[in-house]
Amino acid sequence: MASESELNAGIEDGVRRRDFINIAAVSFAGVGAVAVVLPLVNQMNPSADVLALSTTEIDISAIQPGQAIKTSWRKQPVFVRNLVAKEIAEAKAVPLGDLRDPETIDQRTKAGKENWLITLGVCTHLGCVPLGAAEGESRGDFGGYFCPCHGSHYDTAARIRKGPAPKNLVVPPYEFTSDTVVTIG
Amino acid sequence: MSFPWAKPYEPTHPLMKWMDEKLPIPRLVYNATGPGYPVPRNLNYFWNFGVLAGAALMIQIITGIVLAMHYAANAGVAFNSVEHIMRDVNAGWFIRYAHMNGASMFFIVVYLHIFRGLYYGSYKAPREMVWLLGVVIFLLMMATAFMGYVLPWGQMSFWGAQVITGFFSAIPLVGEPVRQWLLGGFVPDNATLNRFFSLHYLLPFVILGVIILHIWALHIPGSNNPTGIEVKDEQDTVPFHPYYTAKDGFGLGIFLLVFVALTFFSPNLLGHPDNYIPANSLSTPAHIVPEWYFLPFYAILKAFTFNFLWIDAKLWGVIAMFASIALLFFLPWLDSSPVKSSTYRPLYRIFFWILVVDVFLLGWCGMQPAEQPWVILSQIGAIYYFAHFLVILPIVSRIERPLPMPNSITEAVLAKHAPDTASGPAAA
Repeated sequence: MASESELNAGIEDGVRRRDFINIAAVSFAGVGAVAVVLPLVNQMNPSADVLALSTTEIDISAIQPGQAIKTSWRKQPVFVRNLVAKEIAEAKAVPLGDLRDPETIDQRTKAGKENWLITLGVCTHLGCVPLGAAEGESRGDFGGYFCPCHGSHYDTAARIRKGPAPKNLVVPPYEFTSDTVVTIG
Repeated sequence: MSFPWAKPYEPTHPLMKWMDEKLPIPRLVYNATGPGYPVPRNLNYFWNFGVLAGAALMIQIITGIVLAMHYAANAGVAFNSVEHIMRDVNAGWFIRYAHMNGASMFFIVVYLHIFRGLYYGSYKAPREMVWLLGVVIFLLMMATAFMGYVLPWGQMSFWGAQVITGFFSAIPLVGEPVRQWLLGGFVPDNATLNRFFSLHYLLPFVILGVIILHIWALHIPGSNNPTGIEVKDEQDTVPFHPYYTAKDGFGLGIFLLVFVALTFFSPNLLGHPDNYIPANSLSTPAHIVPEWYFLPFYAILKAFTFNFLWIDAKLWGVIAMFASIALLFFLPWLDSSPVKSSTYRPLYRIFFWILVVDVFLLGWCGMQPAEQPWVILSQIGAIYYFAHFLVILPIVSRIERPLPMPNSITEAVLAKHAPDTASGPAAA
């Protein structure tokens, strides 16, 4: 048994050696706990196979003006649309100030290929696939795409014009590998 | 924890005496749901729904454990494994339909339980903690039901998962990473299905734990009753057993009749045919709606179609939807009237019924496509919902003049039957 004087040895400003040991031990355990929690939280993030950057090649030669096709990239739907001159003109006629997410059609297409509108088919509201890519589907009030889940209307440059979605349909990274083949990713 | 006149537990059999010394579980049961727990003598049938909710949870746990023996949580085979349960597993169709409809029955009784609390002021002091734990149970139920609905991996499962995890993408800056963290990918997929299965199995037991806290907190002040007047002495109460075990048993019989009628005669009445189509990540069903028990909240989400102040429509919708439930945590302090029961609150009673109608209106709008006139009706419904709790309730509880109240539960009960006893002898 340590005597009272021994226990109180080394007291400076009311701090005992035991206080130091307590704080050090609890801090060390805390660091350990955080170190263990990190992998437990991180395991829920997309795994390596899901993240593995996949690329999708699309042959666009068969898409007639005014038509669109639906394909997929990283399991997400992608819309490829061959715009007609009237649709491009409509998109250009809209003042940027009227747009919720201001972007010109030139920013959303490649130079010299502005008839090719390539976007993800994922509504920026809550992720439904908008209508308008297939023949006979509703294209909404602005002639682009229409999401039936919560009523978002996109225009001919796939920009949000009406409804709850906050952003334009996302343009994925892509390039033209030839005049008729596009590589997404 | 109980009233001083509660009947004490006195085991007579030597085995029960031995047990009572080592592990007094029989004593706990006796004092919680037996003759040792005095309960107000005037409870009506609306007080059945707590026990019924407990029964519904047990049905879900039992049928769920059995289903998990046959179900495979893999995006490639999940849909087919559910069809395997429906067609090949012995009595599988019955167990799955019971689980499916059991979820609906659970929500029906819980909604009645919640509205009972709202009508009779059960959320007020001294029972605020009972109410708060109840809201926690409600949130856990919603999470469990949502994840369970994803498991069959049909079209509604998939797109429900896509839309509901999409709520989190509305969070500024970190929204999209949070959503990908929840899904384990860019779209709902195998990782999502597996984690939802794991959590769907876990959460019911968490609910069970919170229910134990809910009952523990309830048993400290004891049950509320239709008059809202606190128990004053022994003549205001009867022992839980046999009086309320019998009354709850009768209610349980009715509950089971409705449950089996739904399960056997119309098992898909509350479901969506689209969920019998395998999940397809490239095609959204023409009209996606959540299960009926989420519809009022879904209508609030859909009511926001325009940007307002510096917050966009999507974030507003998500905030409003979560706020509509979070609001319930503040209810005990939003209503400052000392009178609990609506029986003595003429003004509050009117607004209570308007709220009921409003919730049904929102539920109806939640079912409809995102078009006029449903959008404007959801907007009116959503505004009224928030106004009820944030404006009407605080004002009503200040200006209302309550009706004269009896001095005790016994006086209220006797007054109700007074004409009988007065006219009886006179006629004889």
